[in-house]
Amino acid sequence: MERMPRWADVFLVPFINLLLAFFVSGLVVLAVGEDPLKAVWIMLKGSLGSTAGLGYTLYYATNYIFTGLAVAVAFHARLFNIGGEGQATIAGVGVALALLAVNWPHWMLALPFAIIGAGAFGAFWASIPAYLQAKRGSHIVITTIMFNFIAAAVMGYLLNGPLKSPKTQNAESLPFPPGTHLPTAHELLAPLGIEFSKSAPLNVSFLLALLCAVLVFLLLWRTRLGYAIRAFGQSESAARYAGISSVKIIMITMLISGALAGMLAINVVMGEQGRLIKEFVEGAGFVGIAVALMGRSHPFGIVLAAILFGMLTQGGFELLWEMPNLSKEMVLVIQALIILFTGALDNMVRAPLERLFLYLNRKKRAA
Amino acid sequence: MGSNAAEGRQATAASSTPPAIELRGISKAFGPVQANKDISLSVRKGAIHGIVGENGAGKSTLMSILYGFYKADAGEIFINGEQVHIHNSQDAIAAGIGMVFQHFKLVENFTVLENVILGAEEGAMLRPSLAKARELLGRLAEEYELSVDPDALIEDLTVGHQQRVEILKALYRKADILILDEPTGVLTPSEADHLFRILRNLRDEGKTIILITHKLREIMEITDTVSVMRRGEMTATVETASTSPEELAELMVGRKVLLQVEKKPAEPRDVVLEIEDLKVTDENGVERLKGISLQVRAGEILGIAGVSGNGQSELLEVLGGYRTASGSIRLNGRALDLSGRHSDGQSRRAAGIAHVPEDRQREGLIMEFAAWENIAFGYHNDPRYNRNALFMDNAALRADTREKMERFDVRPPIPELAARNFSGGNQQKIVLAREIERNPDLLLVGQPTRGVDIGAIEFIHKRIIELRDQGKAILLVSVELEEILSLSDRIAVMFDGRIMGERLPHETDEKELGLLMAGMQNGEAA
Repeated sequence: MERMPRWADVFLVPFINLLLAFFVSGLVVLAVGEDPLKAVWIMLKGSLGSTAGLGYTLYYATNYIFTGLAVAVAFHARLFNIGGEGQATIAGVGVALALLAVNWPHWMLALPFAIIGAGAFGAFWASIPAYLQAKRGSHIVITTIMFNFIAAAVMGYLLNGPLKSPKTQNAESLPFPPGTHLPTAHELLAPLGIEFSKSAPLNVSFLLALLCAVLVFLLLWRTRLGYAIRAFGQSESAARYAGISSVKIIMITMLISGALAGMLAINVVMGEQGRLIKEFVEGAGFVGIAVALMGRSHPFGIVLAAILFGMLTQGGFELLWEMPNLSKEMVLVIQALIILFTGALDNMVRAPLERLFLYLNRKKRAA
Repeated sequence: MGSNAAEGRQATAASSTPPAIELRGISKAFGPVQANKDISLSVRKGAIHGIVGENGAGKSTLMSILYGFYKADAGEIFINGEQVHIHNSQDAIAAGIGMVFQHFKLVENFTVLENVILGAEEGAMLRPSLAKARELLGRLAEEYELSVDPDALIEDLTVGHQQRVEILKALYRKADILILDEPTGVLTPSEADHLFRILRNLRDEGKTIILITHKLREIMEITDTVSVMRRGEMTATVETASTSPEELAELMVGRKVLLQVEKKPAEPRDVVLEIEDLKVTDENGVERLKGISLQVRAGEILGIAGVSGNGQSELLEVLGGYRTASGSIRLNGRALDLSGRHSDGQSRRAAGIAHVPEDRQREGLIMEFAAWENIAFGYHNDPRYNRNALFMDNAALRADTREKMERFDVRPPIPELAARNFSGGNQQKIVLAREIERNPDLLLVGQPTRGVDIGAIEFIHKRIIELRDQGKAILLVSVELEEILSLSDRIAVMFDGRIMGERLPHETDEKELGLLMAGMQNGEAA
């Protein structure tokens, strides 16, 4: 006796949300005197029309998969982790420390340690709000938000102090050893005879993101821990009855969530920048919330949603370039509209659709 | 025995004055579910009219339509012969309808007077309204035995008194028709008797009262006429004097029902559970259990009677491993940890305690989980349900669920269906299947048939007795005295965190138990 067929729930609702968002965005574009259809075309071409565009799209998508998974895992335990931004920032320090500690001969050796560094530091940054929630009842939304600011301040201190490169004026670390360079899509695909843009930052981290998505799926729906996490998220009182420890679940879930958010640093700090810089997360922590919402907290949905948001980010930059009338803020507005429609206004489309399906069902039964 | 004969009897009740309430052809659907199907009902003025039916029969929906919470898809409502259109509760109040909900809608830290005038204040200043309400309350107290201290805070009142405030609220709003939804669920028998006196007084003053309940005994005791609902339809409306509980039960369920449980005498053996001087203080520093001592033997059912909120829930929680306490509990002679440091629900299960919790929706089940996921709930660490240290064996779980569903007659027998899509009785069967089939030494059962339809009650009671006959110890907590009396081999009555006394079911009656439940021993307040 489900309200709606599953395909409608998973695909139709987000699709209609998207159309609505594009429609309203179109009005915005129209209002500044540009052609909305042309804008859509520019965004599509810019994000998918060349290997360079695709490379950027998937590079951004990699970040969003990590942060989206981080939000989703926490969400299954009914914890709203808004701190992906801060956790990824601090994870950058972990990556930098791991990569600067040794003159790594090869990325395959360096990567596991960078992953451990990123995961441990990200998890550590999530563990403090988790502990406060589990033991003291401080609301995790508030504490994770505050920890974003603290992370930014810590980063500012480190890059102007202990980690600052003596060789430049900028607030950044020393460059990592050349052996830590992660292969890009160009380097990976060339031996296979596939020509991929040299400039695009897409690298092996994308595969790591897909792997994480699979692991998160297995964790949540195939393991005992995932079972306990979901049970706790659905009903704290029932979990108490069953003997599932709330402290344990909150801590473990947030550690996993923080570590996943931390993986973003592999893609950006290790994969693209090759050194630690300030503000490398660039809001991906927050986009992760929208990605998780749109992906319905399911890894498969998150990968799709992350690619869509990757397209939006990359397409947005192209739009700025091609349509000088559209300011940077205007592109932000369009992105925000999509987040608004797919995330916050989800029920606006869902409820009428449910009614429609009920109506159709009843008609079918009557016939 | 069809509904035609029953309707024939009703026709004799017709009189010259128009009925207080008349519903004609009310229908209401929620999606594919037809909650009310072409319902017609007529209640004469100055009568107490009962509406009985199983859970989900549509009683609450019908009353919600009358009170303006839902809009009917079709049908008409007449009050005193005039058609009314009720779109919200304000319209209902204007039409003279008052409602007393099962869960009171009172502001806890307001006084009685403030609650009574809330939403019905006249003018910007409170004083005149308060004075008016005070005067009215004084009058009503005398007329109807509806006395409450007007200046008491709601949170300081007993449940029975809080209910009176709800009735006063309705009367203050000039209600002529009073609807009460399961009003005795939270009352002691003596409080319920008092409520019935109030209701009779109100009726004698010409008020019309609709009583929604599932307790047939109450229907027989207080109502003048009664309607039976089944699956959204009104199956019969009869004069109470011309019917019997057996007939009503049959009309409710649609087949013959055994109201009495059949069981052999118990053969108690060794003591399984031994509780001594158990004390619990809750998070707010309130002492919930004030030194409880009791024993349960293998092969017997110890029933704990009491009005809800007198420590029974805390007792179950301590035994279930998720509330800390002081004192001692021994299971098969071995002491259980009560500090919470070395124990939780998991360790209690390992020790041989299974627990059917009082609130299956909040505790016993994860409503969004499929039935097969719920079958492992609490036992998800069991090697049988796990393939290795990491992964669960979902296939084994599904197979196990299918078998359990068959043995416990869970309908529909679909393991993939989410728990929330099962009816109350079938949800309870899922919990029972899970707990009973662990073959525990001690089974804790809280409110086994709350919100469960009559047909399933029979089945559940049988299963509990079967487990007893296999030589297991069973601790039963229920607020339904009938259930306690018919299932238990011994009865302990709880009041205010204490055991007021133990009785044998064949040597006691509802009256004596009721006094104990109200904290009276030998007619004296404890």
